Amino acid sequence: MTLLEETSRVKAAPADKSKIMKLWKIAGFLLLVTLIEFAFAFGLPEHWKWMKISIFVGLTFVKAFYIIAEFMHLKHETKVLIWSIAIPMIFVVWFVIALIYEGGAIQDAR
Amino acid sequence: MASTAIVEQPNKNLWGGGVSPLKASYGKLMMWFFLLSDAFTFSGLLITYGLLRYSHQAYEGAVANFVPSQEYWPIPEKIFDAFPFLHGISLPLAFVGLMTFILILSSVTMVLAVEAGHRMDKEGVMKWMLWTIVGGLAFLGCQAWEWSHFISGSGKEGWGIDLTGNGVIDFVGANLAMNEYGPPLFADLFFFITGFHGTHVLSGVVLNVLIFYQASTGTFERRGHYEMVEKVGLYWHFVDLVWVFVFTFFYLI
Repeated sequence: MTLLEETSRVKAAPADKSKIMKLWKIAGFLLLVTLIEFAFAFGLPEHWKWMKISIFVGLTFVKAFYIIAEFMHLKHETKVLIWSIAIPMIFVVWFVIALIYEGGAIQDAR
Repeated sequence: MASTAIVEQPNKNLWGGGVSPLKASYGKLMMWFFLLSDAFTFSGLLITYGLLRYSHQAYEGAVANFVPSQEYWPIPEKIFDAFPFLHGISLPLAFVGLMTFILILSSVTMVLAVEAGHRMDKEGVMKWMLWTIVGGLAFLGCQAWEWSHFISGSGKEGWGIDLTGNGVIDFVGANLAMNEYGPPLFADLFFFITGFHGTHVLSGVVLNVLIFYQASTGTFERRGHYEMVEKVGLYWHFVDLVWVFVFTFFYLI
């Protein structure tokens, strides 16, 4: 056996089945939430407009949480890293409030 | 005689180098901060959609009787109801649902590639990266179909713009100046938001192909770690994350 053959073959560690199962379960959950969104979109009466919008926004944040926390692994990083990503999002919250209000004002002015 | 061992203390100074302050490597940290800035860009686009939609007249009648007009903002589920090979059948949001499904699946295969990388499993990384690339290409293909359908027109009875006012439809489909679905801004925002997201998916696929190539030629094995897969994985999950928001705010609401 040559030296090259010995060094080029790194042995892979065995897979942790429970960890992989957990990942597939999260994916299944995300798909389930999307199906629930579809059910609400076509199952609830039309005039429940704001009710539907709040359900959709809520479920979107549920999905976003699982993608960021588990797939992007942020939940398992240090606290400082988690907060340094989460806190700047306050600006987006402000931006939403300011510009949706502005949108209503533009419509009134038209 | 007891001998005295002199143990040299490692340099514990935080500013002396050799310490990762957030227990994350430089590359991963910078990827996080890039994604944060990218999140602001996408927020800007989606909030602009909210502002412009809210500043337009809303459609008041029953959803079943919806006919597009320049006067009010359209109802997305009545616009995006086509499916390839099923012409003339109204399947509201079914195709977008399929696209969501594809992107979520390609996100899982990406985490599985990262997980294989942690175990130094070259074959595993290659297998799952390839599936991720397939998912990304499938998504791009779907988006190309959706764009071409949107641009060429729905083909529905009475949908279109009568430019001269003589009761005959002169224009169908959509461009940046006008569209048969609603106010011009509706199509502009469609092109901007889904186009900007699609560009991200395209660059993600390019990065994934690069990583697949480097994994297959043994670059990461020689380097001793598969961290590059993790960094590109962060980007790929972000693209999926943005789609979750685009799906809700552009198509569902």
